[in-house]
This record gives sequence, structure tokens and C-alpha cells, in this order.
Amino acid sequence: MKNENLYKYILGIADNSLILGQRLGELTGHGPTLETDIACTNISLDLFGQVRSYYQYAAKIAGDDRTEDDIAMLRKEREYLNVLLVEQPNTDFAYTIGRQFLFDVYHLAFLKELQKSTDLNLAAIANKSVKEVSYHERFSSDWVKRLGDGTEESNSKMQEAINDLWTYTDELFHQTEADKAMVKAGIGVDVTKLKDGYYKQVNELLEEAALKIPESKYFQKGGKEGIHTEHLGYLLSDLQYMQRTYPNMEW
Amino acid sequence: MSDKKNWPLWEIFVRSKNGLEHRHCGSLHATDAEMALENARDVYTRRNEGVSIWVVESKNITASNPEHNGELFEPAQDKVYRHPTFYDLPDEVKHM
Amino acid sequence: MSEEHIKNLEEQFEARIARDEKIEPKDWMPEKYRKTHIRQMSQHAHSEIVGMLPEGNWITRAPSLRRKVALLAKVQDEAGHGLYLYSATETLGISRDEMYEQLHTGKAKYSSIFNYPTITWADMGAIGWLVDGAAIINQVPLCNTSYGPYARAMIRVCKEESFHQRQGYEIMIKLANGTPEQKEMAQDALNRWWWPSLMMLGPTDDVSVHTEQSMKWKLKRKSNDDLRQQFIDQTVPQADLIGLTIPDPDLKWNEERGSYDFGEIDWDEFWQVVKGHGPMNKERMKARVGAWERGEWVRDAAMAYAEKNKNRKDKQAV
Ligand SMILES: [Fe+2]
Ligand SMILES: [Fe+2]
Ligand SMILES: [Fe+2]
Repeated sequence: MKNENLYKYILGIADNSLILGQRLGELTGHGPTLETDIACTNISLDLFGQVRSYYQYAAKIAGDDRTEDDIAMLRKEREYLNVLLVEQPNTDFAYTIGRQFLFDVYHLAFLKELQKSTDLNLAAIANKSVKEVSYHERFSSDWVKRLGDGTEESNSKMQEAINDLWTYTDELFHQTEADKAMVKAGIGVDVTKLKDGYYKQVNELLEEAALKIPESKYFQKGGKEGIHTEHLGYLLSDLQYMQRTYPNMEW
Repeated sequence: MSDKKNWPLWEIFVRSKNGLEHRHCGSLHATDAEMALENARDVYTRRNEGVSIWVVESKNITASNPEHNGELFEPAQDKVYRHPTFYDLPDEVKHM
Repeated sequence: MSEEHIKNLEEQFEARIARDEKIEPKDWMPEKYRKTHIRQMSQHAHSEIVGMLPEGNWITRAPSLRRKVALLAKVQDEAGHGLYLYSATETLGISRDEMYEQLHTGKAKYSSIFNYPTITWADMGAIGWLVDGAAIINQVPLCNTSYGPYARAMIRVCKEESFHQRQGYEIMIKLANGTPEQKEMAQDALNRWWWPSLMMLGPTDDVSVHTEQSMKWKLKRKSNDDLRQQFIDQTVPQADLIGLTIPDPDLKWNEERGSYDFGEIDWDEFWQVVKGHGPMNKERMKARVGAWERGEWVRDAAMAYAEKNKNRKDKQAV
């Protein structure tokens, strides 16, 4: 492929939305209230909308006959480039919200930068997505406050989720080779520059939410290189089930 | 049922586009006004139905009593002089 | 209130409905009207949210991204429908929590169709096409029912329903025109969902209770048998069009009636499912109760937070 780096770069962005959207989709019909159920599905729908734009663009760059669905559903585990954070399971609503919040703060800052990309397709997708993700970030921040500063029980559940998920935050700011090449070309976002702002914002909100900022300095990484946690395989077996069982058919 | 506090009910009003009034479109549950706004956005404007939302906690609405409808609303029925058609004008005056 | 006075009010009330006037929440209404409406409307709301489960079952496995977003949006709409209907029912003086309680303890019913399992992707097609199709036939007349909040909720619901059936039928078209394996999947789904869809329109008129009263209150505009006939007459040509076969050897066009004659419905199966012994009754309730119980600490936390916040603001104001 001529534009291998750009292709990989787009997948890296899109896979985050794909996997997170899939996780949220698991919850439809099982939320704590109808209102929150509807809200979480809305976020999932926003993310899948973004995914489709990215993959359609990636398919065009690949220049062969692959489709958005081939990209979404027919890669092997090691070829998914999402960060580990988004593949973590819906252990309980605190994990769902914690994962969303820790990702949204990053996602919004990232998209704001991507709007300036010299790649006009990516800039256009970012322009549209930034509004959606601003809302996600508000939604998840509000919920972190409600759960953190709600009852004793909710505080301890929210704290536990943040503590567990914290280890996946640092990876958001790692750069792959494709990332570096894209930054150099003026197309990609230099995520290393987002790190300070991210932790500042996250920490402030955790404090406001009566939560402790985790002290652990041990972080997990690997998703961006396709080395995932054990959770991803199961998620993919659902996501890919139809395409794998009934290959080469239209739906 | 326990003595637990349930999320209160809110009435939702949506303005479909600028220039039109807010219209009551339904209700939902939320813990406070901020959440009511967020929920209303997710529940009642999924199909582009609105550009502005008002939320009012249902218990804060005072409604007239339908048993008083006679004294409240019927007296207005025979005040025909409040309507332009009450007044006779010569046919030559077309617009007034 | 004296008995005579009540009788008088009741007569006036019935006359208003006969004149096509709407009844609004604060209006006087007979206790029976209130109770019947609470029962039917909450049952309707329950059906919407239990109905999310069989389709929700395939969201993570939808075969393409396009199908996935359509299904997500569809199932989300059903949550919205449940919400509109619960809210409308609350105007009659029952809380959503009380209605949930009735659902979770088995006191309240929901549509029996949702107690069948969704075992292949084609079931998403069959449900949208047949189940939403039958639901629309049931629901459109309710847009004009006598209780204002119910009628308004139904107008909203019906507007949103319009894409549901198309979504399902489109899935079926694709399968029916696909590989032999896909076509077989579609036919199998039609075979499994056809009869339950007919049952969904309710018991036959000769055994159906409350019908006369419901007609008067416009909770029902047509009898179950009429609705069923309408559904069959409208659906059979749609099956023909895509080359699928309705699983009823007795199905035959009746020139004289201008309608299809159809075979015997297995009402024993219907009553078994209604009484709680369908293939998925227990699972569906477990899923609903589970979600509710797992959500309890979340709901409590949000409420506690709102109260704390209010106190903080009140203090600042002093
Ligand atoms: Fe519905
Ligand atoms: Fe319905
Ligand atoms: Fe529907």
C-alpha cells in the first residue's frame, strides 16, 4: 500500500471508537434507568458514525476492493490498534462511566487538534466528531461527579473503577511509528503534547468528584501495537461472528 | 416500596426552530435540572426536533382545575366584540 | 359524592368520549377508566422495554456497521417508547417505580411475543417486519384514543415506528435475495415468527374479555380478529414479493371475502406463554430485574448528589 502509514494512522483512531462503541452497545436494554440507557446508546451511535467515516476513508486509501465492514470485522486480534482502555469490560456502571470519562477527555483534546490536520478528510471528520464528543465528555464528567460524590457506596465503586482503569491512561500518549510519520507530515496529532493538559483536567475533576487521584506509576501499554488484554478476543468474536461464519455475503 | 427517594418527574418543552414557541413534548425522570436537560436532549431531540429545551419539575406546575372550567372559560364565549368579524364595514374597504 | 351524582358524572363522561372529546389527567374520570388505562398503558410500556431484549441480543453481532447502527437506533427507540408510555401512565397517579415493581413481580403482563428467542440474524429481520408490523396495526388506531396523554404518546411512537418495519423488511429482502444459506435463514425465521406474530394480536373475539368497554373508550377501535385479518392480508403479498413462504398450508385467497383464509392458531401455545411458560419468560424477567437491581446504587448516588448539590447552592445563596 502506498499510504501505509496514513492507513494505519486512521485505523488507530477509528478502532478506539469501534471498540468503545461496541462496549456501549452491549448495555442497550440493561442500563440503570431508561434515560441513561438512551443516553449511552446515543454515544455508541455517535462513535459508530465516526467509525464508518474513518473506515470508508481508509478503504479508499487502501485502493483495493475492501469495504468498511472488511476493515471493521475481518482483521485478526493483533491487527486492531485501539488503546487498551476502550476494550475494558462493563464490569459495573462505574467502570462504564470511568472508561468513558478517561477516554472522552483524551478524545476531545485529540479531535480539537485533528481539526487542524492538513489532511482535509480527517479534518472534516474531526470537525463533525468534535461536537459529539464534547457532549460525551460533559455526560461522562457529570456522571463521575454523581457517582464519586453521591453515596458512600457509589464513591467506593467509582474509586475502584478509576484505580483499575488508571493503568491504561498513559498509553493514550504513546506514539507509534505511523503516528510519528503522520505528525511529521502535518497530518497527525502529536499526542505527547496532550498529556499534561489531560492529567490536569482529569485530576481536577476527580477532586471535584471527591475521588482520590491514583498514585500508581505502573502503566500498561500495547494496544496501539496490537497487543491487547484478554478481553478483546471475546469482544471480537461477537463483532466478527456473522462475517466469519458466513463469509463473502451481503447483508 | 421503600422510603427511598425516586428521581423526580420533569416536564419537557422543546422549541423546534427559532421563531416558534417552546412546546410541551413529554416528560422524563432526572435528579436535577441539569440532568433533566441532558436527558431531554437524548430522549426528545434524537431526530433533530429541537434547537432549545426548557425543563420544569412537574410538581412546580400549577394547573387550573377542570371543575372550574365553566366559570373560567365560558364567560369568554359570548364576548364576540373581541373578534374583528363583529364589526360591519362597507364592502369597498377590503383590508382592515 | 352520592351514588346518583356519580352516575350523572359517568354519563357526562361517556358522552364526552362519544363526542370525541379527549380526557385529560385532571379531569374527573370513573375509577374503572383510570384502572383500565393504567393496566393497558403500563402493559404497553412494559412490552416496549422487554421488547428491547430479544433484539438487543444481536447488537454486538450485527453483520455490518450499517445494520448495527440501524439496529441500535431501533432498539433505542423502543426504550424511548417505553419512556413516553410510562410518563403518560404516571399522569394517572402511579409512579414508574410502582409499574416496574408490578412487572418484576409478574403482576403486570407484557406482549407474549418477546418470550421467544432470537437465535439467528434473520430474526432481526422477522421481528422488524412482522412484530413491528403487527404492533403498528395495533397502535395506529390508538393515536386517536380517548385519554389525551396516551393519544399524544402514541402519535410520537407511531411516527418513530415507521422506520422499524422497513428496517426489518430490508434485512429480509437482502437475505431472500442472497445465497441459498441466507435465504434458508430468512425462511426459517419466518417459520418461527409467523404464528407468534398472529397470536400477538390477541385472543379471538369470542374469548376476548373487556372488548366492548375498550371500544367505547377508544382503547380499541377494531376487534382482534379484524386486526389479525388486516395483518395477514397486508403481509402475505410482502412475503410473496421476496419469495418467502408463509408457513401455513391452509392459507388461501378467498375471492368472496377479498381476504386470506388461514389455518388454526395454536392457542394452547399462546396461553402457555402468557402464563409465563414460554421459552424465554424467565430469562427476560431475569434480565429486567437484574438491570434494575444493578442500577439501584447508581440511581441512589445520582439522587444523593443532586441533594448535596442543592444544599451547597442554598448555603451559598444565604
Ligand atoms: Fe415501539
Ligand atoms: Fe409498540
Ligand atoms: Fe418498534
